[in-house]
Amino acid sequence: MSATATTIQDRQMHAPISIRLRQIAAIMRLEVKKNFFGKRAFLVYLLALMPIGLLGIIAILPPQAREWLDFSGYPKLFSGIYSALILRTVIFFGCAWIFMNLFRGEIVDRSLHYYFLAAVRRDVLIAGKYFSGLVTSIVLFAGLTIVSMLLFFFPHFYAASVRFFLDGPGLTQLWTYVAITVLACVGYGAFFLVVGLFVRNPIIPALVLYGWEWINFLLPPLLKKISVIHYLNSLVPVPISEGPFAVVAEPTPAWISVPGLLIVTAVVMLLAGVRIRRMEIRYGSE
Amino acid sequence: MDEQDSNSQSEIRDPQSLILFDNVSKFYGEILGVNRVTLSLAPGITSLVGPNGAGKTTLMNLMTGLLRPTVGRVSVLGIPTDRPEQLFPKVGYCSQFDSFPRGLTGREFINAFLMVSGFSRKQSQDLTDEALARVDLMAAADRKIGAYSKGMRQRVRLAQSIAHHPCVLILDEPLNGLDPIVRAETIALFKDLAAQGLHLIVSSHILHEVDMMSDRVVLLNNGYVVAEGGIQGVRDEMEEHPMQILIRCNQPSLLAARVFRSDHVVEARLHNDRQGLFVKTRNADQFYLLLNEVVSQGEIELESVAPVDDDLSAVYEYLIGSH
Repeated sequence: MSATATTIQDRQMHAPISIRLRQIAAIMRLEVKKNFFGKRAFLVYLLALMPIGLLGIIAILPPQAREWLDFSGYPKLFSGIYSALILRTVIFFGCAWIFMNLFRGEIVDRSLHYYFLAAVRRDVLIAGKYFSGLVTSIVLFAGLTIVSMLLFFFPHFYAASVRFFLDGPGLTQLWTYVAITVLACVGYGAFFLVVGLFVRNPIIPALVLYGWEWINFLLPPLLKKISVIHYLNSLVPVPISEGPFAVVAEPTPAWISVPGLLIVTAVVMLLAGVRIRRMEIRYGSE
Repeated sequence: MDEQDSNSQSEIRDPQSLILFDNVSKFYGEILGVNRVTLSLAPGITSLVGPNGAGKTTLMNLMTGLLRPTVGRVSVLGIPTDRPEQLFPKVGYCSQFDSFPRGLTGREFINAFLMVSGFSRKQSQDLTDEALARVDLMAAADRKIGAYSKGMRQRVRLAQSIAHHPCVLILDEPLNGLDPIVRAETIALFKDLAAQGLHLIVSSHILHEVDMMSDRVVLLNNGYVVAEGGIQGVRDEMEEHPMQILIRCNQPSLLAARVFRSDHVVEARLHNDRQGLFVKTRNADQFYLLLNEVVSQGEIELESVAPVDDDLSAVYEYLIGSH
């Protein structure tokens, strides 16, 4: 055996944690660069610009409806925009695109085998790819959440907004929205990564989940709990009405919903780890 | 061929130094990839030879864990192929997939995957430079792979597979797309690596190349190993069996008259479009020398010279039929 092969194998056996962390970092460097600057990033930027464009138009041409003229209603209005547009649409489809392409994109490009031919455990590969997706989505969507909230409040009621953020609950609400965004990336990310591994055409399961998340307000309390959006909505700082047809259910407390989401994510990632160990490279059949 | 010989050699070798296929079958749904393959490959250059669809790439993908056997077991130097962290410090695979991660230069590509394998930044840089120099690609190292020619892409893949100094190197049609000079250099590199005690597993459907570099051949057909053993047996049989070559030129009839005088040319037949000549020869090297002589006289202008695939299949059939 060559000296280099011996060295790397010895290190794999004797210092597995540090080697694995280094491998995860190397995978993340490759993937984050691709996620931000690759051709596929264009769609995510387009999605992220959607609410900013909309809020920019509102900043220039404010609606004349009564609730838009009263600052006290703004937190509720933003909560609605965050829930419907940012969380359920932009973050959902953004995560779908980013995380499903981590594996599916490489299968389409016929380049996944290079990872499979490296001296890296496949579950370490999953972790590296997942964390790279998380970094990408959190940077993009947490940034989007902050910019959207500031763009929503400041143009129309500047002085009131300064007070709201510096002396009132504004800053706490902002960080809560950011935390929800991070949790959404964690939860949706794990789901879509697994979908990208298991399913050849991941658009269909993504649309099924999208539909399920949208009709969540109509579902009986028990079924509501089998969704990501139910737990995320429970954390929103300014609750909003889900309409006259909504089935009311007690929001899940944060001490259950946050660890619950993290546990489900961990289980999903374990499933991905098992799946990838048995995965074969057969581009021709994809 | 020396099947018995090779088996007895395998028995006395340490399994930790062998690549072992133990009754391996691989099916893609209902389609057969390889069937009941039992092999033990020792260090040196082993060529997997067979027509397209024979199962060469399937065997290579099984050796590297890109595929899992439907039945049976594969191990490389005693390591099961489903443990990449143990397998790939020792194994390099230059596959036939002509695709790369997007947007990377040759240097970034090799460096990135060395780091994924756990090498430090400094080690990766040094190994990358060494591998690029070895395949004579330093000048293009900082250009995007997307702008490389086919031959350069082949070389960067080769560099990536040897960068970490593996002791088993698996090469799927490694000479495809290389020009004659680089081809000769690459064959010399393979021989050099084999002389250092490496396992080289090379697939090819060009028997002439196999003949130039292999210690052993494994002959595959329709997913079955039909013969394995020393190269001498195949070489002898090839020399007895005529090889067909198509020569495209401006005066095929004149060429036919010239080459037919030679003893080793057994048949010369005009192509249907009358722009080419099929020649069957028992000695390809002698024929190429003769062709050079004819062309140097200036009466005939050559457009192309290529072995004919159909005939290659015929050679396989001939070899397969003889066992």
